[in-house]
Amino acid sequence: MNQLLMLFMQLYVFVLAGILGYVVISRVPALLHTPLMSASNAISGISLVGSLVAAGSDYGVLSTVLGTVAVTAATINVVGGFMITDRMLKMFKRDGADKP
Amino acid sequence: MRDVLIQVLYLASSVLFILGLKGLSSAKSARNGMFLAELGMLLAVVGTLLHLEVVRFQWILVGLTVGSVIGAAMAIFMPMTAMPQRIAISHAFGALAATLVGISEYSRHGTDLSHGTMAALGFEVMFGSLTVTGSLMAFGKLQELMRGAPITYRFQNLLNISLFIATFGLFIFLIFEPSRADLFYLMIGLSFLIGVLMVLPIGGADMPVVISLLNSYAGLASAATGFAIGNNVLIIAGALDGTSGFLLSIIMSKAMNRSFANVIFGAFGAVAEGGPARTAEGLTVRRMTVEDAAVQLAYARSVIVVPGYGMAVARAQEAVREVAEQVEKRGGEVKFAIHPVAGRMPGHMNVLLAEANVPYNKLFEMDEINGQFAGADVALVVGANDVVNPAARTDKSSPIYGMPILNVDQAKSVIVLKRSMNPGFAGIENDLFYGPKTSMLFGDARDSLTKLAVEMKNV
Repeated sequence: MNQLLMLFMQLYVFVLAGILGYVVISRVPALLHTPLMSASNAISGISLVGSLVAAGSDYGVLSTVLGTVAVTAATINVVGGFMITDRMLKMFKRDGADKP
Repeated sequence: MRDVLIQVLYLASSVLFILGLKGLSSAKSARNGMFLAELGMLLAVVGTLLHLEVVRFQWILVGLTVGSVIGAAMAIFMPMTAMPQRIAISHAFGALAATLVGISEYSRHGTDLSHGTMAALGFEVMFGSLTVTGSLMAFGKLQELMRGAPITYRFQNLLNISLFIATFGLFIFLIFEPSRADLFYLMIGLSFLIGVLMVLPIGGADMPVVISLLNSYAGLASAATGFAIGNNVLIIAGALDGTSGFLLSIIMSKAMNRSFANVIFGAFGAVAEGGPARTAEGLTVRRMTVEDAAVQLAYARSVIVVPGYGMAVARAQEAVREVAEQVEKRGGEVKFAIHPVAGRMPGHMNVLLAEANVPYNKLFEMDEINGQFAGADVALVVGANDVVNPAARTDKSSPIYGMPILNVDQAKSVIVLKRSMNPGFAGIENDLFYGPKTSMLFGDARDSLTKLAVEMKNV
């Protein structure tokens, strides 16, 4: 029973976050759809959280190996994702203002 | 106490992610928003490192360092034209991390997993692993490591669907019998295979939908990880990523007037198998020289540029801007019309034009600009094809019938830059090219446009 209750608490969080995400993201203009993709990519690097535990805990060699690879992959997304999003966003300029 | 601090950090991080995405609602606030999201990620990592479970840091450090170096190198050196590939492969990385965490959790707990946790873990590795191979396939097609055209064979859909049902059956079985490690790994193997087979029949023009869909899957896999290890920040970030990808794929499908199912199961190239509805025989195109085009553009009061994937292939965005500047120097007005599925990923054209320093207030979405073509002196089509094909409005037998298009054919005159008369990615003839108002300027788009800009100075 307790298990089931916890699952429902998690479902609450998931569904509400999903709806909130839908509302927030539907306001992103088409202009910024590519930065949106790379940003959400960087944010999906949040699997880093799970990977760090697997890599850093004392649960045997397999867990450490898989965890380390996972940390690497997730970090590529986090670091690369945020950096390239910023690189892109820097390029978006309005008329004239920024020209020398 | 420590646990409370960790939860506080996770909560702050979740809020920052949402605020970060909210920042993307305008180009002005976007960079600040991303800063908030970065801060959120930092807090989440710090919070995780505080966990008592985390006892050794050497391997974490290795992973973080290697990952940062690779990630930074990719971000700094990757040309903007390669963005679709980069996005595709990063979905593979994200999904790989989720899958590996899932396998590690499973191998650790094995038999004593509860049904609920097993459901989450199973979902995580199933969606994770099919996203890994699917994204790698998409990467391969976009990077042109393999043929970009749809690869189809008999009973393809039947095979794919049966494979999926079998895999899903294993998933359900494992929820009740978590101890069957052999079936767990079989499920992963089958999911890898599904990822490959799913993307095989998908052609380049459909890539925006598929990339968005894989984005969504990667997010869902992360969220499932959150369910499995009981971590809310993972659930929230995964849900945000999942809805983002889902929303984008809906927008992209709508822009092609096709359903999800049609994109996944109806390979674009395969639709025409019943025999092409029309052929180009007997029709002639009007060729023009760079000089002709220069004169026409130099005296145009209003020009609408329609960029397509061809612009990305030829890396012609800088040259496009040069031509636009020449028009403006002579007092003409230039606007850019961006079709939602122009290119290989959502927003592809916007990014390339921004890179070439075209101000974003000159970029217009389809609905904003479609009414203005009739008043335009010249519509300059740079490597776009299907998104300007009038057959989408008129020809019921055309595979793209019903797809909303840019009303280029309503402009007073049309100049089409094209490499050759080969039909577009979808393999469909385009009546626009044979229209009475249309002139074709053949050749490499960048080359032609550069010459055009020079020539216009002399007019």
